[in-house]
Amino acid sequence: MPRTERTSPHLVAGGRYVLLVGALAVALLAAVAFAIGTGTVDVPVGQVIDVITAHLRGDTTGLDALTDQIVWDFRTPRVLLAAVAGAGLSLAGVCLQTLVRNPLADPYVFGVSAGASLGAVIALTSGAVAVGGVAGAAFVGSLLSMLIVFAMAQRGGRLLGSSLVLAGVAIAYLGNAITGYLQLQADPSELRGVMFWLLGSVAGASWADLTVPVIATASCALALATQARPMNALSTGDDTAAGLGVGVNQLRILLLVASSLLTAAVVSSAGGIGFVGLIVPHAVRLVVGPDHRKLIPVSLLTGAVFLVLVDLVTRTVDRPNEMPIGIVTAALGAPFFLILLRGRKRAMR
Amino acid sequence: MKVDVRGVSVVIDDTPILGDAHLTVETGTITGLIGPNGSGKSTLLRCVYRALKPTGGSVHIGADNVWRSSARQAGRRTAVLTQDHDLDNDYSVEETVAMGRLPHKGLLARDNETDRAIVHNALSRVDMTWAAHRSFARLSGGERQRVLVARALTQQAPVLLLDEPTNHLDIGSQLDLLDLVRELGLTTIAALHDLDHATAYCDNLVLLHRGRVVTTGEPASVLAPDRVAEVFGVRSTIVPHPLTGQPHFVTAPGPAR
Repeated sequence: MPRTERTSPHLVAGGRYVLLVGALAVALLAAVAFAIGTGTVDVPVGQVIDVITAHLRGDTTGLDALTDQIVWDFRTPRVLLAAVAGAGLSLAGVCLQTLVRNPLADPYVFGVSAGASLGAVIALTSGAVAVGGVAGAAFVGSLLSMLIVFAMAQRGGRLLGSSLVLAGVAIAYLGNAITGYLQLQADPSELRGVMFWLLGSVAGASWADLTVPVIATASCALALATQARPMNALSTGDDTAAGLGVGVNQLRILLLVASSLLTAAVVSSAGGIGFVGLIVPHAVRLVVGPDHRKLIPVSLLTGAVFLVLVDLVTRTVDRPNEMPIGIVTAALGAPFFLILLRGRKRAMR
Repeated sequence: MKVDVRGVSVVIDDTPILGDAHLTVETGTITGLIGPNGSGKSTLLRCVYRALKPTGGSVHIGADNVWRSSARQAGRRTAVLTQDHDLDNDYSVEETVAMGRLPHKGLLARDNETDRAIVHNALSRVDMTWAAHRSFARLSGGERQRVLVARALTQQAPVLLLDEPTNHLDIGSQLDLLDLVRELGLTTIAALHDLDHATAYCDNLVLLHRGRVVTTGEPASVLAPDRVAEVFGVRSTIVPHPLTGQPHFVTAPGPAR
């Protein structure tokens, strides 16, 4: 046996964990600054920082008006929305995977984005679009679809992982079918709007779009941080958790509410971005292990960095055209999903 | 700490699973729950460790009514080896054992030196210190059960509950585990399938059949051949063990009648 035996089976542990968190925080800041600077008009990172610090200090005199508008009004909210959406969806994935003890759990798999797009499409096509009406309808749609899926998949208060996936798939098909039907009735000019809800996008985000996802993500992150130990217990089994002194039903309800709220908040402002909640928590588990005291903060940071970079890809590969963000996350996520499925089969043999 | 189950019944979806179960376990003794599959052993245990709320009756540990106190308090009174342990998550042995500190720690409290010492002592008590930094899921079945005993010890609970703890273990690991449980000297309730193990390791037995307590008492009296024939449908007898002279439960091939 080598003399320098690792003190943990996980790739990163102990002092190196603290370094990892620090490195991710720096990476997030760097990715945000770089993403804000990159676009149809490139702005040097130094200038990006000048504009942002000027706004944070509340003194914007002397800034170039065009640069100021590009950086502060257009790109900063967009990049921050990508960061918050990535963080929120990753957190929702952590909640759901712990809740159903199924590594394939992801808000997208549970028909949430189908519900959100259906809600949005109903609002768009019925013309009942008040201020914030479409986002509000998407929020309600995603919450409703999750509630239906959870209600179908429970028996005596216990959620069954396999039923959850089946119910999610069924609801997604139903939602997409109704959405498809309504699309046929829709005005062609409304169709692009429908695409947004189906595949997700942070393009055209304004500061106002940030409010709901930021509040949801911050409050859920705080609530979940207090439940990290109970979540560890729950991830090993319901009875085991009860035996360790966890109020299993209360914790389940908290996780259901948190994952629904996070997903609805993100989807209603950034559309149906798939697979982030699946990829990020898994990648993080491979690195720091399954302990939620590490999994929650690292997933939050990794999800934010990941989606900022994905958004950057969507608007740079085919300039000046932009792709919906969900196409890139699905292109990365679907193979990852299949690899997980294969690996799981092998592990179970 | 004394465990007192008073008239516990469980009804799930209009189906009675457990009816009016009574049992008392004195401090420091081992009580075995025996009975055929589906007789209500696990259900009864789950009512004691607060995983399943009884439809009627109450469970008392020491002076406290389990279902009137908090989940956290229950975690400090009873430690459990369940059957549902999930192996998909790659926790290390040390992380698994440290979970036992859960009912003692505040919401955001980190593990301190005391917690680490408790985890270390528990691991050395079950001779698993060597595996501290291994992956729990990759241990053998017997090693995993020893680690879960260590986790139960870090809970520092006076009552230990075991739900078919020797399932899927080879015979050496089975006896190792039961010897270890005996040595710990905790107030213990164990659901057991092997009636000879129940005879050899338990102070008292509770025989369950179709959700009812048939009888309770010392192993030799509970496992009277007539009763075993009626409940389990097998021929049996209790003889002095040729090596130890202790009561030894043996079955004979073929049906009871």
